[in-house]
Amino acid sequence: MNMRTPLGKVRGLGSAKDGTEHFWHQRLTAVANVPLVLIGLYLVVSLTGAPYSEVYQTLSSPLAAIFLFLFSFSVLSHMRLGMQVVIEDYVHGEFTKVLLVMFNTFFVMFTGALILYAIFKLSFGG
Amino acid sequence: MSEANPTKVAAKARPLSPHLSIYKPIPTMVASIVHRLTGVGLYFGMFLFAWWLFAAATNQAYFEWVNSLFGSLLGRIFLLAFSWALIHHMLGGIKHLVQDTGRAIEKNFTTTMAKWHFVASIVLTILLWFAAYAAR
Repeated sequence: MNMRTPLGKVRGLGSAKDGTEHFWHQRLTAVANVPLVLIGLYLVVSLTGAPYSEVYQTLSSPLAAIFLFLFSFSVLSHMRLGMQVVIEDYVHGEFTKVLLVMFNTFFVMFTGALILYAIFKLSFGG
Repeated sequence: MSEANPTKVAAKARPLSPHLSIYKPIPTMVASIVHRLTGVGLYFGMFLFAWWLFAAATNQAYFEWVNSLFGSLLGRIFLLAFSWALIHHMLGGIKHLVQDTGRAIEKNFTTTMAKWHFVASIVLTILLWFAAYAAR
């Protein structure tokens, strides 16, 4: 049973009703992105101009799959939050704003699905 | 001024705070705008990274076609811009994380930092590309 008073439940949540979650997740993913992006840069640079067999072999290793999953999850979360702020700052029409914030999520989900498919196929696709 | 309709009064154009174009650009302001712009650029660039991975997962012919697009002159210019945006946005992000703790916010220091931010991101991008070409 929840013993908190109605006032206590809403305190600190603000007008968006999610408190500091957006702010905190933006920072959390920002910190995670630093090492992940550095590894990602190393990975891409090391594969520039490499033949397909080498690219395939590198990307289909378990370590690459785990890295790509973490990298994508953190980066996609971060960019979804960031784009949401940009939309909320510049789009003032309520309908357009809600629509664009929705499309933002759809775009991020689609990009994520593309990456997940690629990771699965590279790892298990034979 | 004959009729005092309260709804009409509310709809009247009220003074706004000045827009960005009014101000003389100063380093910290440019750094802030560029941080946001690079973020938006990276947002769409991430889709192209996903496309590259998808190509690698699809087959050799498709991967080689996609890779040749990235390897073309236009592709290389895009990758150069993308890598700079990534490095610049990352440095800006680290700066923000430090500033979140209440450090490095003195006005002269932030101006100096904003200038060096651009120098650092450009130098690091050039170094990255040297490393990439040297590796081949």
